[in-house]
Amino acid sequence: MTSLSTKSIVFHKLIRNVNNYAKRMSSHFIYYPDKERPVDGETTKMNMMQAINNAMDITLKNDPTAVLFGEDVAFGGVFRCALGLQEKYGKDRVFNTPLCEQGIAGFGIGLATAGATAIAEIQFADYIFPAFDQIVNEAAKARYRSGGEYDSGALTVRAPCSAVGHGGLYHSQSPEAFFAHVPGLRVVVPRGPIAAKGLLLACIRERDPCVFLEPKILYRSAAEEVPVEDYTLPLGKAQTLRVGAAATLVGWGTQVHVLLEVADMARDKLGVTCDVIDLQSILPWDEETVCNSVKKTGRCLISHEAPLTSGFGAELAATVQEECFLHLEAPIARVTGWDAPFPHVFEPFYLPDKWRCYQALIQLINY
Amino acid sequence: MALKTGASFVKLNAFRRAARAIDVKSSDVRKRSITNIVKWLLSTRTRPETAQNGGGKIAKFPGARAPYVSEMKFFNETSYEPIPIYRVMDNNGQIIDKNEEPNLDKATLINMYKTMVQLSHMDKILYESQRQGRISFYMTNYGEEGIHIGSASALSPKDLVFSQYREVGVFLYRGMTVTELVNQCYGNCEDPGKGRQMPVHYGSKHHNMVTISSPLGTQMPQAVGAAYAYKRVPNNDRCVICYFGDGAASEGDAHAAFNFAATLDCPVIMLCRNNGYAISTPTSEQYRGDGIASRGPALGLHTLRVDGTDTLAVHNAVKRARDFTVANNKPVLIEAMAYRVGHHSTSDDSSAYRSVEEIQKWTKDESPLQKFKLYLEHKGYWDAETEKAWSKEARDTVVRTMQEAEKKKKPNWKEMLEDVYYEMPPRLQKQMKQMEEHLKKYPEHYPLNQHESD
Repeated sequence: MTSLSTKSIVFHKLIRNVNNYAKRMSSHFIYYPDKERPVDGETTKMNMMQAINNAMDITLKNDPTAVLFGEDVAFGGVFRCALGLQEKYGKDRVFNTPLCEQGIAGFGIGLATAGATAIAEIQFADYIFPAFDQIVNEAAKARYRSGGEYDSGALTVRAPCSAVGHGGLYHSQSPEAFFAHVPGLRVVVPRGPIAAKGLLLACIRERDPCVFLEPKILYRSAAEEVPVEDYTLPLGKAQTLRVGAAATLVGWGTQVHVLLEVADMARDKLGVTCDVIDLQSILPWDEETVCNSVKKTGRCLISHEAPLTSGFGAELAATVQEECFLHLEAPIARVTGWDAPFPHVFEPFYLPDKWRCYQALIQLINY
Repeated sequence: MALKTGASFVKLNAFRRAARAIDVKSSDVRKRSITNIVKWLLSTRTRPETAQNGGGKIAKFPGARAPYVSEMKFFNETSYEPIPIYRVMDNNGQIIDKNEEPNLDKATLINMYKTMVQLSHMDKILYESQRQGRISFYMTNYGEEGIHIGSASALSPKDLVFSQYREVGVFLYRGMTVTELVNQCYGNCEDPGKGRQMPVHYGSKHHNMVTISSPLGTQMPQAVGAAYAYKRVPNNDRCVICYFGDGAASEGDAHAAFNFAATLDCPVIMLCRNNGYAISTPTSEQYRGDGIASRGPALGLHTLRVDGTDTLAVHNAVKRARDFTVANNKPVLIEAMAYRVGHHSTSDDSSAYRSVEEIQKWTKDESPLQKFKLYLEHKGYWDAETEKAWSKEARDTVVRTMQEAEKKKKPNWKEMLEDVYYEMPPRLQKQMKQMEEHLKKYPEHYPLNQHESD
C-alpha cells in the first residue's frame, strides 16, 4: 500500500511537471481541421503554408501576367509559402524586392494598373504600416477617384499576422481593424488550409484590392485534406461552423479554433450549444449571417486577438445591437487582446484564450 | 557624377575595369598589368594601398567592390562637380550647338507651341475663375510649360503617364481637350472622375494617363511597377514616365521608386520637375547635396539634368531617355530645372516667402514660352500676327468651354457610393437606401437641383 501510494505521488508529480511544461510550450489553442470539402475530387494533406503555396502555384500557372514578389520571396519567403515557385516560374515572375514595404505596395499597384496580376508579400503584418498610405490612399481609392477608369483590383497583399507564441510586439499583431476602416479594400483572414486556398484564389481574382492576413501559427500547425483542384470560396461571406442555441460566437483566423473549443466546453460542462461563426471576410463583412444567428440565440460573443478599443469587434457589436436589439438577452461580450502592445513573455495572459472566452460565455448565458 | 578632377576620374575608371578583369581570372600577365596600374594610381587622391603593405586589392564585400586605401577620406557633396545642366537653346531662342537641334517638323513645332499657349491661357482663366468662386481650387503651371510639352512630344502616345498635379500640359499634348479638363475642374456630369476629386485631378484611360491623386510621391513606385508589367509583355515597345516635384522627392516613396526601378530593371523615366519650391519651402530647406539628380547615380539610375525652361532640351532628354529605357529595360532619372512662376495653388500667396524681383527674373528672361517662341520666329514659323490670332482662339476656347461646363449639372448623388467596389456590397446598398429615404424627407436641405436625377 505504502509503496503504491509513493509511486502514485511520484507519478502525479511527473504529470504536473509535464503539464507545466506543456503550458509553456504548447500553443493556446487546439486546431480543429475542416472536415467538409468545398469541392469534390482528389485531396492531399497540406498545411496552411502548402495550401497557400498551392494557390499561388495555380495562379502563376494559369495567369501569365501574374507575379509574386516581396522581401526574401525568391528563396521561398521566410515562412516558405513561395517555396519552389521561382524555380518553376522564373526569376521575372517570383522575385525579391528591396526591403521597403511602401515600395512593395506601390509597385504592386503599378503592376495592377498596367494589367498584371500582383501578389505582394509583406514579411510580417507588423511591418505593413509603411505601406499603409499606398494601400489606403492609392489601392483602395483608385477606382473611385478615376470614375472606374482605373483600379487596383488585381493586387493582393499577403501578410502573416497574429500570435505565434514568441513573437512579441512586432511579430504578433493583427492589424485587420486598421484596414477595415477603408472603403474599397477587401480584408480576409483564413482559419486553415482549405479556407486559405479558396479565399486566396478568390482574392487574387477579385476585382477589388485585397489584404490577405495569414495567421502565421497555422502555417505548419494546421493540416487538412485540401482539394487539389482549383476552387474559390466566396468573399464577403461568413461560415457557420457549429449550429447551436445558447449563444453566437464570432471570430476569425486562429481565434475560430479557440471558439470551437469553447463551444465544446460549453456543451460538455454547461450542457448548452452555440453557433460558431468564422467571419473570414472582415471587409466587407457578412452582416446577414451574424445578425441572423444572434436573432436566433439572443446572445453574442465576439473574440479577436487585436486590442479591444476600436478592434473590429466594436463594429460587429455596434451593428448587432442595432439590428438585433429586441432579440438580445444580454449585452454583447467582447473578449480580445488587452489595450496594450502585444507582449513577449506575457503572451498567455494577453491572448483571449479559451478560459477567458469560456468565462465570458458563462456570464453571457447567466446574465 | 564627375569626380572633381577629370584625371583621377579616368584613372579610377581604368582601375575599376582592371579590377573587374582580375576578378574574373588572375593570370600572371593580368597581375603584372594591375601592378602597373596600382603604381600609376598612387598619384591619385584616393591612393589605394600599395602592394608592399599588402594592399592593391579590390575588396570583395558582398555590399561593395572597391579599392582599399590607407588614407582616410570622407566623401561629401563637394567631392563631386555639380551635375551639369543640358540645354539646346540660349535665352534668345538661338540654338547653341546645331548638332543638338532636334529634327522636328514645322507642324509638330507649331503644335507644341500652340499647346503651351493654350495651357497658359487655361491657367490664367481657371485661376481667375477660382478667385471668382466658380471653381473650388486651381493650380497653375506657369514656368513649367517647357517640361510638359518637351517631354510629352518625345514620348509615344502608348507610354503610360503617372503625373503629380502640375503636368496638365502633358494631358493637353496627348489630346485631352480643354472641355474635358474644364469638366473635371467643375466636377460636372461629364467629368470622367464623376465629380469626386478636387479640380486638377485629371485622368484618362484613353490617353494612357493615370488618374492623379493628391498624396505626394505615391505615383512613383506605382510607375515602376507598371513599367515592370510592360517589360514582361512580349516585344514590349512601351515605357512609363513618372512626373514628380522637388518636394515629393523627399517622400519615402521616391527612394523606394528609384531603388526598385534600378534593382528590378524597369523601363521607366523618372522626371523631376525641380521648380525651386514645395509650396513655400525652398529647395535649400528641402535637401542637401546636388539636387535630385545626384541621387540617380547613387542608386544606379542613368541620370541627366536638363534646363526645364528649354523645351527643345527637355524633348531631346526625354527622347534619348525613352530610347534607352525601352531598349535596355533600365530606368532613367531626369531632373528638369525650372522655376514655379505662379503660386503653389489658389490657396497660396507666394509673396509671403519670396520676392517679386525673383519672380520677375524668371518670368522675363527664363520664360519657356518666350524662348520657344523666339526659336519658332527665327525659323520663320511664327510671327506677331499668328501669335495674336492663336492667343485669341486659345483664350476664347477656354471661356466658351467654361460657360458650357458651368451649365452642366453635377452627377447624380448616387455616384457618391458607386465605384467603391466592383460590385456594391450589401452594407453599402443599405446605406444608399438610407440616404435615399432621408433625401425624400428633407429634399429642400440638399442641393439636389444642381445634380442629375434618376
